[in-house]
Amino acid sequence: MIPAAFAYARPTTVDEALSAIAAGGEDVKIMAGGQSLIPVMRLRLAAPETVVDLTKVTELRGVREDGDSLVIGSMTTHSDILRDPLIARYGKLIAEATETVADPAVRHRGTFGGALAHADPAGDLPAVALALDAEFVIAGPGGARRSVPAAAFFVDYLTTALEDGELLVEIRVPKLGEGWGVRYEKFNRVAQAWSIVAVAAAVRREGSTIAEARIGLTNMGSTPLRATAVEQALVGADVSLETVTAAAAQAAEGTEPSSDLNAQADYRQHLARVLTGRAVRAAAGL
Amino acid sequence: MTQINVRVDGASYVDDVEPRTLLVHYLREQLGKVGTVVGCDTSNCGACTVHLDGESVKSCTVLAVQADGSEVTTIEGIADGATLHPMQKAFHEQHGLQCGYCTPGMIMASIDLLKNNPNPSEHEIREGIEGNLCRCTGYVNIVRAVQQAAGEMSSTTTGAQA
Amino acid sequence: MTLTDEPTTVTEPAKEVGSARLRKEDGRLITGKTNWTDNMVLPGMLHMAFLRSPVAHGTISNLDVSAAKDRPNVVAVFTGQDFKDEQGSIPCAWPVTPDMVNPGHPSIAVDTVNHVGEAVAIVVARTRTAAVDAVEAIDVDYTNIPVVLDMEEAVKDGADLVHASTSSNTSYHFVFDAGEAGTGTDTDAAFADAEVTVSRRFVQQRLIPAFMEPRSAVVGVSGDNYTLWSATQIPHILRVMGALTTGIPEHKLRVVAPDVGGGFGGKLQVCPEEILALLVARRLGKPVKWTETRSESLMTAHHGRDQVQFIDVAAKKDGTVTGLRVRLLADMGAYLRLITPGVPALGAFMFPGIYKFPAYRFECDGVFTNKVPTDAYRGAGRPEATFAIERIMDELAVELDMDPMELRRKNWINAEEFPFTSVAGLQYDSGDYEQATQAALELLGYDELRAEQKQRRESGDPVQLGIGISTFTEMCGLAPSRVLGSLAFGAGGWEQASIRMLPTGKVEVITGSTPHGQGHETAWSQIAADQLGVPFEDIEVLHGDTAVSARGLDTYGSRSLVVGGTAVVKAAEKVVAKARKIAAHLLEASEDDLEFSGGKFSVKGTPGAGLGIQEIALAIFAAHDYPEGIEPSIDAEAAFDPVNFSFPHGTHLCAMEVDTDTGFVKIRKYACVDDIGNIVNPIIVEGQMHGGLAQGISQALYEEAIYDADGNLTTGTFVDYLVPSAMDLPTFHTGNTTHAATSNPLGAKGVGEAGCIASTPAVVNAALDAVRHLGVKDILMPLTPERVWRAIHQGGDGGARAAEGSNAYGGARTTESGYEEAK
Repeated sequence: MIPAAFAYARPTTVDEALSAIAAGGEDVKIMAGGQSLIPVMRLRLAAPETVVDLTKVTELRGVREDGDSLVIGSMTTHSDILRDPLIARYGKLIAEATETVADPAVRHRGTFGGALAHADPAGDLPAVALALDAEFVIAGPGGARRSVPAAAFFVDYLTTALEDGELLVEIRVPKLGEGWGVRYEKFNRVAQAWSIVAVAAAVRREGSTIAEARIGLTNMGSTPLRATAVEQALVGADVSLETVTAAAAQAAEGTEPSSDLNAQADYRQHLARVLTGRAVRAAAGL
Repeated sequence: MTQINVRVDGASYVDDVEPRTLLVHYLREQLGKVGTVVGCDTSNCGACTVHLDGESVKSCTVLAVQADGSEVTTIEGIADGATLHPMQKAFHEQHGLQCGYCTPGMIMASIDLLKNNPNPSEHEIREGIEGNLCRCTGYVNIVRAVQQAAGEMSSTTTGAQA
Repeated sequence: MTLTDEPTTVTEPAKEVGSARLRKEDGRLITGKTNWTDNMVLPGMLHMAFLRSPVAHGTISNLDVSAAKDRPNVVAVFTGQDFKDEQGSIPCAWPVTPDMVNPGHPSIAVDTVNHVGEAVAIVVARTRTAAVDAVEAIDVDYTNIPVVLDMEEAVKDGADLVHASTSSNTSYHFVFDAGEAGTGTDTDAAFADAEVTVSRRFVQQRLIPAFMEPRSAVVGVSGDNYTLWSATQIPHILRVMGALTTGIPEHKLRVVAPDVGGGFGGKLQVCPEEILALLVARRLGKPVKWTETRSESLMTAHHGRDQVQFIDVAAKKDGTVTGLRVRLLADMGAYLRLITPGVPALGAFMFPGIYKFPAYRFECDGVFTNKVPTDAYRGAGRPEATFAIERIMDELAVELDMDPMELRRKNWINAEEFPFTSVAGLQYDSGDYEQATQAALELLGYDELRAEQKQRRESGDPVQLGIGISTFTEMCGLAPSRVLGSLAFGAGGWEQASIRMLPTGKVEVITGSTPHGQGHETAWSQIAADQLGVPFEDIEVLHGDTAVSARGLDTYGSRSLVVGGTAVVKAAEKVVAKARKIAAHLLEASEDDLEFSGGKFSVKGTPGAGLGIQEIALAIFAAHDYPEGIEPSIDAEAAFDPVNFSFPHGTHLCAMEVDTDTGFVKIRKYACVDDIGNIVNPIIVEGQMHGGLAQGISQALYEEAIYDADGNLTTGTFVDYLVPSAMDLPTFHTGNTTHAATSNPLGAKGVGEAGCIASTPAVVNAALDAVRHLGVKDILMPLTPERVWRAIHQGGDGGARAAEGSNAYGGARTTESGYEEAK
């Protein structure tokens, strides 16, 4: 299929992009890597009036450090992420999840920010961002910037805190350095399929005790979710199969996953428990 | 219409395209590069894989306007005159194709794979081509072809081939 | 060729047949110098796009195309009203019973739509983009009619009807009863006397062939002559049927299948879109093109399988089988296409498999539903039969507490019993099931895996291991024409070949069997090279164009080599016979004194002197000096009609790991040993096995076309219709035993479908073997993790899947469902 006709803008700076978005009329779609947007447009499930293509906005691409944070430009591609030395050192959970996104060709085009702004609950990166308490830096009309925490960024199915006229500029995540173990445990039927359920876990050990735990759930509701009960059960607990298994049993608490041809809700909840156990065990080095 | 300048398989083109024109349709319909084919609507099958500035992309999921100022390499541009690219030769010698429809994309994805990982394991090869569907071969001979090409490319050159 | 006792200085050249020749076809395919139908551009060519029905069953209450006609670059817009008097019906060539109900199949709906995706209007425009855009400007309303989807409901009295013109949803009731046919004993008596009976209901889910090249058709117009280029498996059949359907005289219609990107039965069809392309080209007098999108393909190209199978087996306590009874419900979909009703009927003869059942009865109801029609898909009837028999042999083994291989061994036909006439009346040609089984067991490492299975079971490992068996046979080489006639098939099963000996010594082999990835050009060259003694490289194989290859019956049913390859042998024999007369004349010798070896005629006892067949080709081109009373040509053609099918067989073994915590199944190792008769090209044979295995395994694990309660195809893109990638399939360990087929001089049995037919039950049997001790008796295909998990932890067969599409791409589906509707 061929997308419906649209007006096209290809800004080279954030300011130009904001202007293009503002000038784009009622129905503007911001295109990052386009790897989800173009197929949807080809199927004519989306037919925006204007597409603002960010691929030439070079200032949005790249990873830098700022104190205890990693700052990831929204147009950093998945491939960039996988090659980045700062990510390799401080962003292993992001790297693990990114490796599972689609396939190499898609990862060459698809972007970190695009995947987050698309906010598909079956996407792999939203749950990671949520688990890491990422901060979303958003530029608005005129260039004003605001920062939204991940917990407030993912509003609903394919819906974020991004308002009309706004642009996701960068994502700040805490560096997870020494002492942290991570695991992205993804479950799908075939390799290139979207997650049926996945669990992002980061665990910091202090000796034989779990000092911190961050657990995000992919595709367990209309937004990515934190497995708060599991996190609370883990913190301060001994690192043992028993404690991890007991904690993971709470992974599906409060979730309302969908039923579709890959899985019905009760099975998704079961998977969340099993995969959380596996992810935490791996992250904790068990 | 937007004017684009693009190099494809070593030749320069200047064309007017609609923004909605997909790169694969531009290649096929405006440039006659029909070696690259379309197999799906959702970027699952990878039949349309080409290299954009040296990296594999699915040309059905890139707009032609996005290739402005870029270098595109298709299946038609990888042989050195009459000398096949080692990956093409390997697909032939290992019977890594039957109907041949997925083959252009599969070869382009495989070349990209070796560029990033010159000596992949079987698992890494399978992972590297997971975005390319083949309905004929069951993949066993494709994996063998990539293994053969990896061996030849690493033994006959020191990086020039990639 | 015959051996002579006399010593000769001419050394026999190495045989081409049996050698691992690399494929001739590859050169263009690996360089992108291909000739797909969609590559074609004709001067002034117009593009077609279809408005397709978003409702599964309804009447068209309003259809206004005026706005679409006003769109830029639109040349014409047509509806069913425009073609109702000339579109005829998509042909059904297989009326399996005399009273089969065929309501007719319009290419474009006139007033009623019967499945989602049915064509309702056609936009013809200067560009594809303009055509697609204008489709959105068509205004259409439908009045819904109750939708019929479930076969078991559809056959009940008082069920809603798919076709108002019919009295029920049953198209036909087909029966084969071995007792009545005289090929077996009374089935009811066998069951009445049985010591043990086992009954099961198996479901063959609906599949989509999913060839990689989407369908495409281009029609060229020259006066009242039409050329149809199409991505088809069957240019010859399409020409005949296209002519009959459209009224274009057959001699005014040429059909060309250029490079064709896979088919698997999915392009064994006279497609509505092909007919409509001809009608539009005729109406406008302009060339037209139509190329489908993938979502269009999944929604509207014919599907495969879709049967509910009720199977009963009767046996003695010692395991000897005494009777087999099969009842099928076979989903036709909304219409009967080319061989829609015949697929399950063809399968009727394979349910007894390799076993010596004394009694057998088969009944099948073909049932209409509001879904796209089913038709051939790799194996066509035989995978369904093989699945049912190989699954229930395992069930019987469990019932009798016997080893499943021992049960098979006790009942299968022994090597010394060939040729063997089965209870279905087929004469199996050759084979040795024990030999193939032993080889397969070694290839798998059976004993070690059984030991590991035991160990995992004892330790309560969350990952359990199972081994599944499928010992199968199939009927290939379709087909003896008289047999097809007796089954009411609308055509014969012969195949044609011609050989042209060109003046420069080059050779053209023309085959009526049209390839779409199988490698005919290579294999036929090997055959002709041996027969004619000319170099492999000097041979060109021509095919797929009815103007070049005038007669043919195309490629399906593992027939090409067995029937079409044999036709090449027969044509070559005629060439040699004709050349012999000229050689005798030129060598001034008696024909009887000539021997032909290595492409050369020589006089017995006079080594060295002689005349090559390629030299004779030049001599007869000049025709200055040749015998009186013969024609100045050594070209020849031959048609070959086999007297019997051929019967490949094999033993397939699958070792499967089942994660009991998640239900995820993973093939640990797959090994198979197949007897496909003599092998012309071992590389091609191995490739065919691999591809067949992939599709058979994929039926077991991944693929299923799912309709929701309204009749929308949920699995309308490759996001939801899962075709496995390299990551999802294992390496295959394959081997061969060889017992030549007896029905053709090549001794070949056919290999195209073997892997697909055999593998599916091996995979399912393996999964069940892994978890049977946990109380699991059956799991529906495909073995999704959810189903496996439910079967283990909740009992039952895993149950139906939710019909809602995954939320990827906003829940993209092929109807008009909105972006937000997925949740």
